[in-house]
Amino acid sequence: MAKIVGVVTTSHVPAIGGAIHKGLQTDAYWKPFFDGFPPVREWLAKVKPDVAIVVNNDHGLNFFLDKMPTFAIGTAPEYKNADEGWGIPVLPSFKGNEDLSWHLAESLIGDEFDMVTCQEMVVDHAFTLPLALLYPDMNWPLSVVPININTVLFPTPSAKRCYKLGQAIGRAVEAFEQDLKVLVIGTGGLSHQLEGERAGFINKEFDIKFMDSLTTDPQWATQYTDRELVAHAGTQGIELLNWLTARATMSGKVTEVHRNFHIPISNTAAATMLLEHAV
Amino acid sequence: MKSPHIKIPGTTIFDGSEARRGYALNKMCYSFNEQAGRDEFLKDEDAYCAKYGLNAQQRAAVAAKNVLQLLAAGGNAYYLAKFGGIFGLDMQDIGAQQTGVSKDEFKAKLVAAGK
Repeated sequence: MAKIVGVVTTSHVPAIGGAIHKGLQTDAYWKPFFDGFPPVREWLAKVKPDVAIVVNNDHGLNFFLDKMPTFAIGTAPEYKNADEGWGIPVLPSFKGNEDLSWHLAESLIGDEFDMVTCQEMVVDHAFTLPLALLYPDMNWPLSVVPININTVLFPTPSAKRCYKLGQAIGRAVEAFEQDLKVLVIGTGGLSHQLEGERAGFINKEFDIKFMDSLTTDPQWATQYTDRELVAHAGTQGIELLNWLTARATMSGKVTEVHRNFHIPISNTAAATMLLEHAV
Repeated sequence: MKSPHIKIPGTTIFDGSEARRGYALNKMCYSFNEQAGRDEFLKDEDAYCAKYGLNAQQRAAVAAKNVLQLLAAGGNAYYLAKFGGIFGLDMQDIGAQQTGVSKDEFKAKLVAAGK
């Protein structure tokens, strides 16, 4: 049977793609962020996940406002990255896991989560950069299943609903008959706001509370509406919904193996966490 | 059930009414994912804006390259970022422009948020 071996959450700021491309990992500006990854990579080398479920949000590469699914799942054999318009390099494509994708789609829809299924999907920086941070040689050693959450058009799904989706993904994985080690990745956040007179808003205190809650009180963030999350974490800070969904895939007690938190990377409070089941 | 929404200063929530007002502008910006779209825009800005049916407010905001005006015309931050990319503007340029400070001052504010 499949099992979830851990959850990794990380920011996905586009500028990270430029920094990787230019080899700036040890540059004074970037080092405090990139230094957060060696412990995660050591853990990955030990655990060797077979497949990653990547909970992320599209930023206008795959989806436009003509069709904007609240929740979508990739069911494709391959996921390509593509030009996003502002010049970060296109990364190598990813091998899908169609068996797990269709199992998840069937199980989630059966569980009353009406996922949009996508047999073709391009993936943007929200998907590619976390994988490039975990596997810097970009010779991806695992297959992937994208789960997309709408954070572009309000209302977004509520934090409460995302938490339940995560729980349903967790149940579906545990019921999958193949012996697979499944890593769940939640991308984006933490607090940041790109637009308006409030651009540059960062809320360190809220971010720390949120990160702490993932082990101590995982449903803490579900008390907030989408707009309350924007008030606390900024318009793009709402991406913490991806983190929350990823966290909720793990049932029972969870241990924090690693955390890194650095302000700022671009306009963002940048954070990385690794969680596993408590023994 | 619809509940009354909280107000967040300096922030326009991109909801259905914004999406409805901004569709043409956002659709044009979405086309900037493609190099061909960016090239065509740069070659003839007027013709490209007309092709996407921008209204006068949107057209003026594009001409001014003013982010607050683009937002007021129904633009969404994610699509506008692709517009900004054409001119090589990064998020600190855009942040500084919207908050009326220099880029260095904007960056200093971000650093201060981490203290």
